[in-house]
Amino acid sequence: MALVNWLRRNLVVIAGLLTLGYLLLPNIIVTVFSFNEPRGRFNYEWQQFSADAWKDPCGVSDLCGSLSVSLRIAFWATLGATALGTMIAFALVRYRFRARGAINSLIFLPMAMPEVVMAASLLTLFLNMGAQLGFWTILIAHVMFCLSFVVTAVKARVMSMDPRLEQAAQDLYAGPFQTFIRVTLPIAAPGIAAGALLAFALSFDDFIITNFNAGSTVTFPMFVWGSAQRGTPVQINVIGTAMFLVAVLFVLASMVIGNRRTKQKA
Amino acid sequence: MATLTEAPPPLSPTAPAKTPPRRRGRLVPYWLLLPGILWLLVFFALPMIYQASTSVQTGSLEEGYEVTWHFATYWDALSEYYPQFLRSVLYAGSATVLCLILGYPLAYLIAFRAGRWRNLIMILVIAPFFTSFLIRTLAWKTILADGGPVVGALNTLHVLDVTSWLGMTSGDRVLATPLAVVCGLTYNFLPFMILPLYSSLERIDGRLHEAAGDLYAKPITTFRKVTFPLSMPGVVSGTLLTFIPAAGDYVNADLLGSADTRMVGNVIQTQFLRILDYPTAAALSFILMAAILVMVTVYIRKSGTEDLV
Repeated sequence: MALVNWLRRNLVVIAGLLTLGYLLLPNIIVTVFSFNEPRGRFNYEWQQFSADAWKDPCGVSDLCGSLSVSLRIAFWATLGATALGTMIAFALVRYRFRARGAINSLIFLPMAMPEVVMAASLLTLFLNMGAQLGFWTILIAHVMFCLSFVVTAVKARVMSMDPRLEQAAQDLYAGPFQTFIRVTLPIAAPGIAAGALLAFALSFDDFIITNFNAGSTVTFPMFVWGSAQRGTPVQINVIGTAMFLVAVLFVLASMVIGNRRTKQKA
Repeated sequence: MATLTEAPPPLSPTAPAKTPPRRRGRLVPYWLLLPGILWLLVFFALPMIYQASTSVQTGSLEEGYEVTWHFATYWDALSEYYPQFLRSVLYAGSATVLCLILGYPLAYLIAFRAGRWRNLIMILVIAPFFTSFLIRTLAWKTILADGGPVVGALNTLHVLDVTSWLGMTSGDRVLATPLAVVCGLTYNFLPFMILPLYSSLERIDGRLHEAAGDLYAKPITTFRKVTFPLSMPGVVSGTLLTFIPAAGDYVNADLLGSADTRMVGNVIQTQFLRILDYPTAAALSFILMAAILVMVTVYIRKSGTEDLV
C-alpha cells in the first residue's frame, strides 16, 4: 500500500524522467558508437571497442572540410542575423511607426512556415535570378530564417527593461550615444547573446533549407545526410559527441560564472 | 498652414535648436527596420511570389518556362500526391499528440517538482540540440534495429501485434514503418513542446494549487480545473511548434521510413532536386503552406489565444 501511494504521488516524476530518458537515449547511443569498430560501411551495429576514430577524427575525406564550412556559415549568419534582428527588436519596442502589423507578421511568418516551403521558394528565386548556388546562397538563407528568432529573443529582453534607467543616464548628462553604449546595450546584452546563440545553433544544424540551396557546397549536416546513403563513418559520431561535450562544458562554465557573479553582488 | 500648427512659437532660445534632432528621430525606427525588413522581403516574401508564379507555369527545362495560368498543375499534384499529404497530417498529428503526452509530465516536473535539480534537467532537455539532429536521428536506426532489444521487448509484450493490426508496423519490424517515422518525429520535436509548456507552467502561482487543495479538490481535479487551463498558452504554442515543422519534415521519413511512408516533404524534395519538375514542386509546396496557414489560423481562433502571435 505504501508503495502504491508513493507511486501515485510520484507518477509525474517517473513519467517525466522516462521522457528525459527518451530524449537522451540517442545521445548515449551516439557516444557509445563513437567507440565502435563497425564491420561494414554502416555504423549501426555494435561490434567491438576501438578508439581509432577518436585518434583520427578527420580521417574521413571531406568530413572536417564540411565542418569548417558549417562553422564559417554559422559564424557569419549569426553575426548578420544578430545585427539586423537587434535593430528590428529595438525599433519594435521603442518606436511608433506605420505598418507595425504588417512588419510583425513578416517577422512571425518565417517561424510559422515549414522549412521545406521556405527552402523550395528560395530556390525558385535563386534559379530565376540565375544565382550561383553555394556558400553565399546558404548564408543568405540562414540569415533569413535566424532573423526572426533573434528578434523574438532580443525583444523579450528590451521589453522588460526599465526605461527609467536610460532617463537617469540622460539626467546625468549622458548623450544619446553614450546612454546607448553604457546603459542600454549592457542591459540588453543577455537577450542579444541568447538570440546569437540560438542563431548559431539553428544555422549550424540546419539541413532542409541548406540542402535545397547549397549547390555543390557541403555543410556538416549535408555530409551526414550523404553518408546515411553511402555509409556512416565512426568519425561522425566522434564529432557529434565532441560537439555535445563542448556545448555542455560551455553551459556549465557560464552557469558557474553566473553563480559567482550573483554571489559577489550579494 | 501645417508649419503654423506643428511648431509652436519658440518660448526660449533653446527651443528651435531642439527641433532638428526630433525630426531626425522620427526616421530612426525606419532606419533600424530597413536592412532586416528588406532582407525578409527579398529572401522570404519575394520567393513566395516567385513560387506562386512558378506553380502556374508550363514548359520544360530545355525550352524554359512560361506563365500560362495552368492551374491544372494543382489538381494533378493533389490527385497524384494526396496520400503523402494525408500521411504528413497524420504522422505530424500523431507526433504532436505524443509530444504533448510525453512532454507535459517532464515540463511539470521541471516547473514544480525538480527543486534544486531544475537547472540540470533543463540543460539535459536542451543538450540533445548540441549534437546534429541528423546524427541523433540515425541513432534511432540502432535503437529500433531488427532483432534489437527494443523490438524484442515490444514483441514479447505483444505491442507489435497491436501496432501491426493498426497498420503502424509490419511483422517483426519497426524500422521502415510508420511507427518508426512517428517515433523519430516525436523525438525530434519534443523539446519544442517541453520548453513552451515549461515557461507557461512556471508562471503559475503555486498558491493556486494550495487554494485548490484547501477547497477539497483532489490532485487530478486541481490539474484539470487549475493547472491545465492556465498552461493553455504553452499547449497551443507547443503544439504549433511541433506540428508545423513535423508536417514539412522529410528527414525522418527518409532515414527511418520506407517508400510507403513518404510524406509531402519527401515529394517536394524529390520533385525539386531530382526530377526537376519545378511547377509541380512549387504547387505542392504552395498547397502545404496554405493548408498549414489555414489550420494554424483556425486552431488559434478556436483555442482563443490570439494574443499569442
